[in-house]
Amino acid sequence: MNHEPLLLATPSGDELKLRPEGPWTAANVVTLETLSRSVGGDVDRSRVVTLDMSGVSALDTLGAWVLEKLSRRAASSGRAAEFVGVADHFSGLMDEVRQVNRHTPAPAPAPNPVLARLGDLGKSTVGAREDITVFLQMLGALFMAVIGVLRRPRSLRLTSLVYQLYRIGWQAIPIIALITFLIGAIIAQQGFFHFRRFGAESYTVDMVGILVLRELGVLIVAIMVAGRSGSAYTAELGSMKMREEIDALSTMGLDPVDVLILPRVAALVIALPILTFIGSIAALYGGGLVAQFYGDMGPAIYIARLHEAISVTHFEVGILKAPFMALVIGIVACSEGLRVKGSAESLGRQTTTSVVKSIFLVIVLDGLFAVFFASIGM
Amino acid sequence: MDGPQDEFAIRVRDLVVGFGRQTVLDHLSLDVRRGEILGLVGASGGGKSVLMRTIIGLIPRRSGTIEVMGQSAGGHGRGAAMAWGILFQQGALFSSLTVRQNVQFPLRENLVLSQELMDEIAIAKLEMVGLRAEDADKYPSELSGGMTKRVALARALALDPPILFLDEPTSGLDPIAAGEFDVLIKTLQRTLELTVFMVTHDLASLTTVCDRVAALADGKIVAIGPMRQLLQSEHPWVRAYFHGKRSQMLQHEMR
Repeated sequence: MNHEPLLLATPSGDELKLRPEGPWTAANVVTLETLSRSVGGDVDRSRVVTLDMSGVSALDTLGAWVLEKLSRRAASSGRAAEFVGVADHFSGLMDEVRQVNRHTPAPAPAPNPVLARLGDLGKSTVGAREDITVFLQMLGALFMAVIGVLRRPRSLRLTSLVYQLYRIGWQAIPIIALITFLIGAIIAQQGFFHFRRFGAESYTVDMVGILVLRELGVLIVAIMVAGRSGSAYTAELGSMKMREEIDALSTMGLDPVDVLILPRVAALVIALPILTFIGSIAALYGGGLVAQFYGDMGPAIYIARLHEAISVTHFEVGILKAPFMALVIGIVACSEGLRVKGSAESLGRQTTTSVVKSIFLVIVLDGLFAVFFASIGM
Repeated sequence: MDGPQDEFAIRVRDLVVGFGRQTVLDHLSLDVRRGEILGLVGASGGGKSVLMRTIIGLIPRRSGTIEVMGQSAGGHGRGAAMAWGILFQQGALFSSLTVRQNVQFPLRENLVLSQELMDEIAIAKLEMVGLRAEDADKYPSELSGGMTKRVALARALALDPPILFLDEPTSGLDPIAAGEFDVLIKTLQRTLELTVFMVTHDLASLTTVCDRVAALADGKIVAIGPMRQLLQSEHPWVRAYFHGKRSQMLQHEMR
């Protein structure tokens, strides 16, 4: 038994006799391709091609196809090609291979690159409008669900709400406290380091207090929550959509908004202000530690300076923004989850979209709030 | 070539598989002959899929030996796709790849060949399982259940493996599609000289395509043989399986 496939070509006048030998199988595909290419010229020149199959020791679909392709090349433009000496146990396969690849579907015409760009631009413009529509639809559906709950308070899914609060609120506390603590400490350190040059170290406390309470506390926490809980919401709802769980809910006469989305969004709206509060306190604590060990400012002075620098207004500005940011994160996360289609790839894509979009919207919202609060003098 | 060790494609001896305290397969022995279609029946949750997954190396065994094509099976290294093709129950197509890329995947990973030949082989395989070249650029999420199974079969056969494992190939198909699929498996088995190991509950495919049927109960093979022989079996579970109300109807047709 020979281990290398061979292809013996014997030209005689207009005739060409090809004799494949050895194992014509997928394992030898490199040799097979070289062999079939090497006789290509001979095949084109001959009027009659005979393929003598009696020397083939093993054959699979790939080998059979390579031979069939040779014979089709030979048979093109009205010339003759035939197989002889096909062993019985190969004939089924050879017959099968003769049927395949007979018709090639017309390839889709390549689009004009400029038009394709324009098309993409148009699609994404329409897509943006659709995004806004989806957002408003979800907001409206949530509003109706809230009204429903206000009318019949017992229809609120309390168990689900409490469980979501536990997951996205309670379980998030350690990581949120740690991150905001570090942010507070870093701001304080930077403040002491740079303000020292002007002898304005004591104003570091004002900066830390105002920055943390008005902006950074809520912003950092919202971004953390969007990454941590928003993505979880999207992935959960997306896989529920994929496994038809949401369809099952609808067919039982239950509104997925009531059952799945309202408890999740409500939990976010309740938890985010609390997390913001905890985060702000952790940041102020971090700033205080840095003040003591790096800025040589004792706790008593730090607290007294803080007392002078910040007012309840600063705290209110920060904490008022939190529920709105939570609403945006929740709506984006849930509606992206419901847009997941059948594939695993789509789940990943929607989760990414959800996080990117909610972080973007949180920052935009923060900007709008800054304008708003400035104009009402808070 | 026809030595005694070559007579069997798969030999399983004294196989024990369990999870935790539970023993699923208890000193099970089974031989699959070369070139036959063996159907495996058993209760739901009775270890059919566990047996198949143990043979292909997805589940570790506690003791016993498994030989596939005369070689001791020890996990699934590279090139496993050349040794066997597996049709999973849900198809297990890669959802981020098109049908064509799914079929080409084993070729691309195991062989060095030109893109042109790879495309032709992929289309050839798709046409062999009864699909059209137009379907090649679809994604798995766009396929119907029957088409998914056919594409999965084309992928399993991409490298012409000598053994084909089928996990409930006709479940979820309507009787016409299931019948067509049975015929397809039989045809391919003849053309490509495959050994087929099929886990199934479909009595129709057991009677029409399987050369032999093995019944798995209480972690052991309790009966094995051609369908007619199994119908005569005295084992209580086998009797209950083939002589239950649902099975009666089909057997009347057989007689």
